[in-house]
Amino acid sequence: MKLAIVQTKPRKGDVAANLADLAEIFVQLAAEAQPYDAIVLPEAALTGYFLEGGVYELAFESEDLARRIAALWRAAPGSDRAPVDITIGFFENAGGTYYNSALYLEVGPRDHRIVHVHRKMFLPTYGVFDEERFLSRGRHLAAFETRFGRMAILICEDAWHAIMPTLAAIKGARVLLVPSASPGRGLAHGDELESVMHWRNVLRSYAVEHGMFVIYAGLAGFEGGKGMTGSSALIDPFGESVARLPALGAAVLRADVDFSEIDIARARLPLLGDLDSVLPDLLFDDELLPDTMRRLGERTA
Amino acid sequence: MIPIVDAPQRRAPSLDIDCTLATAWLVAFLRDELIERRKTHRAVLGLSGGVDSAVAAYLCARALGPENVTCFRMPYKTSSADSLDDARAVTEALGCGERTIEITAAVDGYLQNEPDADGRRRGNVMARTRMIVLFDQSAKLGALPIGTGNKTERMMGYFTWHADDSPPLNPIGDLFKTQVWALARHLGVPERIVAKAPSADLEANQTDENDLGITYLEADRILSLMLAGYGDEKIAARGFAPSDVALVRAKVESTHWKRHLPTTAMLSSTAINEFYLRPVDF
Repeated sequence: MKLAIVQTKPRKGDVAANLADLAEIFVQLAAEAQPYDAIVLPEAALTGYFLEGGVYELAFESEDLARRIAALWRAAPGSDRAPVDITIGFFENAGGTYYNSALYLEVGPRDHRIVHVHRKMFLPTYGVFDEERFLSRGRHLAAFETRFGRMAILICEDAWHAIMPTLAAIKGARVLLVPSASPGRGLAHGDELESVMHWRNVLRSYAVEHGMFVIYAGLAGFEGGKGMTGSSALIDPFGESVARLPALGAAVLRADVDFSEIDIARARLPLLGDLDSVLPDLLFDDELLPDTMRRLGERTA
Repeated sequence: MIPIVDAPQRRAPSLDIDCTLATAWLVAFLRDELIERRKTHRAVLGLSGGVDSAVAAYLCARALGPENVTCFRMPYKTSSADSLDDARAVTEALGCGERTIEITAAVDGYLQNEPDADGRRRGNVMARTRMIVLFDQSAKLGALPIGTGNKTERMMGYFTWHADDSPPLNPIGDLFKTQVWALARHLGVPERIVAKAPSADLEANQTDENDLGITYLEADRILSLMLAGYGDEKIAARGFAPSDVALVRAKVESTHWKRHLPTTAMLSSTAINEFYLRPVDF
């Protein structure tokens, strides 16, 4: 799979200008001799991340966004040679309920298809973050089938909870797509921001534990003094960072991804298979089960 | 005997910063905010002769080029000659623009009718006069004023409200004073400026540390623990004098208002910054 991780640096709230920038990027990518199979963009890729109440003005209906992105791709000369899968983070208006979402879109020469929309489940609402003041949280983590095998999307804080990639892997995901917007902080850890270091550590640990590719697309640019740390990265199923973009500025990370490495990694370190057999004992033990049953009752009541 | 390894006790969170990373980050911040967002290449700032404004000037010169940075020396008649010389050393080292605008006539024009004004009031009038100059010069030059307040003085409330804190961009406001010193040495600010006792230079022989009643190093260590969420007893238990902890706590707790915009009576469900919420860069 030929992959482009597109690290955007949007102008705050200026969707028209940001779509125009994306159109230019698409023209550049579509002109390459070998067509791309997949393009992955960050969280809030077309608006910027910190919108506060402005999020309601800048949210898209998922089908509307899919149509616009597909049209943008098809307008790029050369894009009609092969289908491409595009993942993009956006603020979603679902009939008046608003989510921080990412859609996985398959774009062919004539039509497009939304393969999956993931709605962010962990909405950071502490310190500098205020998502749940404005947004509703998603209620479902799915692994979904793509032309390149099963994948799952985790948006930003979704991926800071180890149980999320764990459950995604149990559900069959072989690739984790992580659109993110991470304001950088922490200068006491050498030449890397503490927040960037933390991201790298958690993503590498997920990749190696579950034998997954992790595709991380980070938003870039300063938003009211808060610098988004880009650092888009591809991590292989052995936990090695294949390549990474700098923290600052817009850029594209281009890579060829060989999914057979997943099988090799999982054969070498069969932790996922072990987990699959042990997980029921962990989830349904005597301590957790009463609470699980109670919650189940609440949900079905 | 099995060997026992003692884990070190940390007195306070590290104040160390990677100065190369900090510089790259702050230069990118200034470029993004000035050039891309506010569409200007130019910055103006007041140079006091102290380390904070020197660091801000060095960062601006790196971000924008020295030809786009104009520094203003704004002495009052009691300002020390050393301060003026130290400010000159910065502009000479950087090759940026420099202008000296005396504020004595403006300040005294007002204060001559306020003979009982004490040092605090007089200092505030000077600080606010300097901001009038800086904002007017920014309009004249098509530039943006750059703030030079550090995190220590912001947390302790050791500044004039709506004066030192008024410029729309501040690259060093999240750095403690001791971190500003480290960054200054990294950037090559003349050692005389870094090493001298910080002073508001409002009166002869005035120093910040005398005004505050604590050294910046101790204040920064205590502040870093306080901001991390430790209570006073826990902080004192790490080897700080309880009186120092109490002093810092009192300064912080009595100055929250200085770190906010004015309090506005809310009467509707569209009150600005209460219900109507838009980020500064929207």
